Amino acid sequence: MEKRVRFVSAWLPWVLIAPQMAVVLVFFFWPAGQALYQSVLSEGIFGGDTLFVGAENFERLFADESYLESFKTTAVFSLLVAFFGMGLSLLLAVMANRVVRGAGIYKTLLIWPYAVAPVVAGVLWLFMFAAPMGIVSFVLRALGIDWNHLLNSNHAMTLIVVAAVWKQLSYNFLFFLAGLQSIPKSLIEAAAIDGASPWHRFWTIVFPLLSPTTFFLLVINVVYAFFDTFGIVDATTHGGPGKDTAILVYKVYVDGFKAMDMGGSAAQSVVLMVIVVTLTVIQFHYVEKKVQY
Amino acid sequence: MIERRRGLTILSHAILLTGVAIVAFPLYLTLIASTQSAEQIAQSTPMSLWPGGHALETYRTALFGGATSAGTKIPGAASMMWVSLVSALIIAIGKIAISMLSAFALVYFRFPFRNVVFWMIFVTLMLPVEVRIGPTYEVVAGLGMLNSYAGLTVPLIASATATFLFRQFFLTVPDELVEAARVDGAGPMRFFKDILLPLSTTSIAALFVIQFIYGWNQYLWPLLMTTNEEMYPVVMGIKRLIGGESFTEWNVVMATAILAMLPPALVVMLMQKWFVKGLVDVEK
Amino acid sequence: MASITLNNVVKRYGSGKTANQVIHGVNAKIDDGEFVVVVGPSGCGKSTLLRMVAGLEEITGGEIMIGDRVVNDLEPSERDIAMVFQNYALYPHMNVFDNMAYGLKIAKVPMAEIEARVAKAAKILELGEFMKRKPRELSGGQRQRVAMGRAIVRQPQVFLFDEPLSNLDAKLRAHTRLEIQKLHRELGITSLFVTHDQVEAMTLAQRMIVMNGGVMEQFGTPDEVYSHPATTFVASFIGSPPMNLLSNAPDSEPGTVVGIRPEHLDITPGGWALRVDALEMLGFERLIYGRWQHGDGDEMVIVRSDEAQPVPELDSIIHVTPRADRLHTFDAATGKRLSANA
Repeated sequence: MEKRVRFVSAWLPWVLIAPQMAVVLVFFFWPAGQALYQSVLSEGIFGGDTLFVGAENFERLFADESYLESFKTTAVFSLLVAFFGMGLSLLLAVMANRVVRGAGIYKTLLIWPYAVAPVVAGVLWLFMFAAPMGIVSFVLRALGIDWNHLLNSNHAMTLIVVAAVWKQLSYNFLFFLAGLQSIPKSLIEAAAIDGASPWHRFWTIVFPLLSPTTFFLLVINVVYAFFDTFGIVDATTHGGPGKDTAILVYKVYVDGFKAMDMGGSAAQSVVLMVIVVTLTVIQFHYVEKKVQY
Repeated sequence: MIERRRGLTILSHAILLTGVAIVAFPLYLTLIASTQSAEQIAQSTPMSLWPGGHALETYRTALFGGATSAGTKIPGAASMMWVSLVSALIIAIGKIAISMLSAFALVYFRFPFRNVVFWMIFVTLMLPVEVRIGPTYEVVAGLGMLNSYAGLTVPLIASATATFLFRQFFLTVPDELVEAARVDGAGPMRFFKDILLPLSTTSIAALFVIQFIYGWNQYLWPLLMTTNEEMYPVVMGIKRLIGGESFTEWNVVMATAILAMLPPALVVMLMQKWFVKGLVDVEK
Repeated sequence: MASITLNNVVKRYGSGKTANQVIHGVNAKIDDGEFVVVVGPSGCGKSTLLRMVAGLEEITGGEIMIGDRVVNDLEPSERDIAMVFQNYALYPHMNVFDNMAYGLKIAKVPMAEIEARVAKAAKILELGEFMKRKPRELSGGQRQRVAMGRAIVRQPQVFLFDEPLSNLDAKLRAHTRLEIQKLHRELGITSLFVTHDQVEAMTLAQRMIVMNGGVMEQFGTPDEVYSHPATTFVASFIGSPPMNLLSNAPDSEPGTVVGIRPEHLDITPGGWALRVDALEMLGFERLIYGRWQHGDGDEMVIVRSDEAQPVPELDSIIHVTPRADRLHTFDAATGKRLSANA
């Protein structure tokens, strides 16, 4: 879309975009370039003896069991977060869209976790799963499950998934609700006149029409699980037990800032950039198609 | 809805209430825990679901710091909240200001390399700060911005979200309004100030909410950026309270969590209408 | 007040091979105080022409003068014009007073004078009681009047109207048409008015410019345009139902098109034989859609008849005779008028 009329000035637009360009260049393009540059270098611990190593950092990375393991962990984690987060919020959104009375109140009560920082969400859930005072772990023990997220990887994974889903619920809910409200009422009424039950209507009319929203949220949730959940992991499991909940972002942090392997960390950053760019391009492509439709 | 089915309506309410309860339960526990004493919580299996009588002292400790009965030294949350507030405000206002100006330039002017500029900003949408922490850290360190508000905020202002929201909004402003303003003799900046700015208030409010929360909730970046306790934002402070080797004072942790959640939660609930509109608009 | 002179005005978008020329050299002189309507189908370039006069579109070639000044390179605000937009373009966040006063404030007119001018315009347009309202609190007709008021207060040399009535319902449109005529009589300001509606053009114009495909087809009084259309396009565009254009009329010379308006065909014995295809009964008038057989096929002919005539049966044959002094002849290849007949 373009404006028909424009102002004419040789210098004013540059002045207007200067602040944003300055920030973008200094804190985005420069670091991104650095990441690319460092990813092909190897730096000694004492500095000075920096070597060009080409793709070696990447080769080392993909030969590294723990990195591949982290990849797998991230994939499992993000799929779980996306599936449960979107499933639950879709259910709630459909219900909130159904009820007339109290819809506004439900909405207000459901959206506030958006305001909670991931790390705080992690702390909250850690407290509920902590021994001995944690309510949830107590209930689980009463049910015969010996809860211990410090030793049991599945328990640890469950903990971060629950915290991540809880935090993201409000965001998904808002988008599903907006998506549902944009479906023309007349379509649903037509289906009702055709004799479709509410259950049937949902799966044959509403859900297909909601697919752009669903797809959008899928990408957003995967990106969220990849990057925004650092705080949750850092507050709860520290990537443990072992490295079983060390998602990629956590590993970048640990390798780069704890282990000080900048070359390896930069290579990891580059891999992450490739992943995000791919996701964004897929999404952009899809959004464009949607516009045409 | 289309037909009246009492059973379905009751089911809907039941599911929604369950949802609300699940969402709210951690908050309830947090509140409760913040009213009990550390010993009460640590020694109970599980903790009591009823408020204890230690709210005042817990919050005093959480806010202003000091030593607890267990001998742990607690840094006060009040100063950390100040850091959070200042950073969140700088991020929110800074983002709005710079992105509004650049969106104005992109939409209302034709200039060489306009598309290059557009794509340079668009690319930043794709890469959250988490992806490029290492190199960004080095740049900021090189500029001597560690442990400063500038370091905490400016790198996070480099995101395109706000620019795109404003761009989208500006594109919906009718062309005829610009033309009318030109016929009335208004130059670009006059048009910006008299027409565009007043028309953008809703977008500004929405973005303010989103970016305030974004700024307030930053964790990884301050974790790298700050080594000086005086520059710790409050969400980082919470993590430090449970990170130590010593005994975790859960009541203080929870009181601090409440304090850390309160400002952004209030902003979301009070500005819900704008926030929802802005959020849905930004991402579409 | 001032005249408007268009000297070989050209508008092109893009350049080189992809260039898209939308105005092909328009020449016209609009006299001081005259009310001229530019009419044509959508996409004919009429709005572009107006916007070039306003200074909202660059002029690719030629010259536009307002009074004695060449305005090609002047900003809209320096051209001493005022414009009423199709969607009114009222500033949504300003009330009626501020909308009208905005241009004067920018021009640093003293506040007392702004108030006087706005009050006067409000009185003419009967907007007095709405001064504190926002545009969204006004009806369509009221908004339209505010847009007119904004133009009036500037006391410009030229009024430019870009389809200002197209968003009003039919009744209000007719009423506003009369108001604009009255306003023009009172203020006597040179006006250029763009519309796609031929009724609007016929009723408002002192002279009208008929445009098609970026070309000015005719510039004349409504009567001239109606009675002596310069081209087949004008003949078919002005008048409803349109003029019959027959390429195979009896007795016509080859390579010509004969035009006759539906009301200039009399139902009489003898003459052209038409088979009645359809009938439209419009109260006092009737439209008969006839088909007329000739060597290679058939052509449709519309006849306007009235209550005095008997209603023909469908599929029956009627006979019509064109009034000889109302026949128009056009060149089939160029569409240009050939005959100078009355």
